[in-house]
Amino acid sequence: MAKNTGQFAVLSRILHWLMAAMLLTMLFIGVAMVASLGNYHRLVAIHLPLGIMILILAAIRLVNRMFTTLPPFPPTMSRRERFLASASERLLYTLMFALPLVGWGMLSAGHYPVVMFGPVHLPPILPADPMLYAVLRKTHTILAYLLFVTFLFHLGTVLFHTLIIRDRLLNRMALWPIRSTKAKKQN
Amino acid sequence: MVIGVVILGIAGLLLYAGGWFTPHNLSPATMINTFEQVFGEHPGFRRNHAKGVCISGYFEGNGRGVALSKAGVFPPGRIPVIGRFALAGGEPYQTDAAHTVRSMALLFKLPDGDEWRTGINNIPVFPVNTAQAFYDQLLASTPDPATGRPDPAKLKTFLARHPESAKAIQLIRNNPVSSGFENSTFNSLNAFRCINSQGVVAPVRWSMLPVQPFEAISSSPPEKAGQNYLFDALIASIHSHPLQWHLIMVLGQPGDPMDDATIPWPPERPQVDVGTLTIDQVQSEDASPVRDINFDPLVLPNGIAGSDDPLLSARSAAYAQSFTRREGERKEPSAVSTAETGK
Repeated sequence: MAKNTGQFAVLSRILHWLMAAMLLTMLFIGVAMVASLGNYHRLVAIHLPLGIMILILAAIRLVNRMFTTLPPFPPTMSRRERFLASASERLLYTLMFALPLVGWGMLSAGHYPVVMFGPVHLPPILPADPMLYAVLRKTHTILAYLLFVTFLFHLGTVLFHTLIIRDRLLNRMALWPIRSTKAKKQN
Repeated sequence: MVIGVVILGIAGLLLYAGGWFTPHNLSPATMINTFEQVFGEHPGFRRNHAKGVCISGYFEGNGRGVALSKAGVFPPGRIPVIGRFALAGGEPYQTDAAHTVRSMALLFKLPDGDEWRTGINNIPVFPVNTAQAFYDQLLASTPDPATGRPDPAKLKTFLARHPESAKAIQLIRNNPVSSGFENSTFNSLNAFRCINSQGVVAPVRWSMLPVQPFEAISSSPPEKAGQNYLFDALIASIHSHPLQWHLIMVLGQPGDPMDDATIPWPPERPQVDVGTLTIDQVQSEDASPVRDINFDPLVLPNGIAGSDDPLLSARSAAYAQSFTRREGERKEPSAVSTAETGK
């Protein structure tokens, strides 16, 4: 029975890794584009539509998260670790929504058209306002670094459990099905 | 241990991508920092083309551009336009001078919600063809604090290293300068690509050709000329009658440089008059929303695209940096005040 394996649901796992790849790509594009003259435009042209795709995917993920039951925490996680894991999960979900929305709002406030591709563009979600633009622009950077640090924390703790405690924590999120040792014994 | 290496490695890669370990690479921030060093810090103003006045009016396409581009600018009809006339340089209170480069920045509001922004200058070619050369030229022309003038030796070294700039500057010097903004021809300088509804791509540069007749500027400013005499003349002429320009699309041929703004295209290239721009309103920056618009040359409608000219992306990046800084700063009154524009 798949339910006994302790893994997240298939859709959750797919969404997790897809989102992880997109967010990491996005963070690298973001820091590279603001530091680049020659590649600036090319990178911005990816950054905008990818950001909106992340926003859509975040909504799909949230709905999926609300309607699926999670596997229980492994016994190797202390109460404090469980609390930190839940808190960082909440923070990551919040940032998945906040970063694209702040970006979209920032472009609206800065009087920029929000071009996706070709003739497709999005309407402004905020009125044009110089100070609002400046504040949102700064917020966008701060939230992006916050996302990166939270991601590093998340990665670090999972690696710690998987490599040092060796509790196979990473298996819970593996894309392929992994039967737990317990399940094997039962078979 | 391994975990520490992985985490630090990823963090290091991100910082590397952000240019943290290569601070001497030319970035948008260093470009704009240099503008602030050369021209002084002027919070709230554009770091280049700092002195200006805002305008509005409309563009009427004649339909001839439709064969070139599917952009909503070109079908017959009237499109609202807002924009800005300015003088090059980062000094917002500079005194108007005959040979300071003049610019026209325009934002066409297309019916489908698309936008076309373009910043065009009254010079025939651009003096440099890369961002690095632009930066080097900026440094070479920095006034020496001892003399208050650029060091001629530095300029000479720059021109020796950039023969393309020496040639371009000669072309710019030989180009007759008109008496004011109102009878200046403004050129895109960079190349772009037009895409029509069949998907056919045409290399283009564009110009705004004034309906107001050319008159050469006198080398000395007129008597009793105020600090803003070029702007004041522009304002007076807009108040007396609307000003008009023809939008001319110049069609490139295979082999015409698409990535080098220092080289003019041959004068016999086909020129298509695609419509008329009418400017009938003028406003001080202090009272106009145009102050808070970034005339990024790569904000283009569907049907016009950039070229491989490296200046385009560099302009886009540097303008964004300038825009982000000035939007968060307190605003000082513009040199061309509301009293002068009458609004």
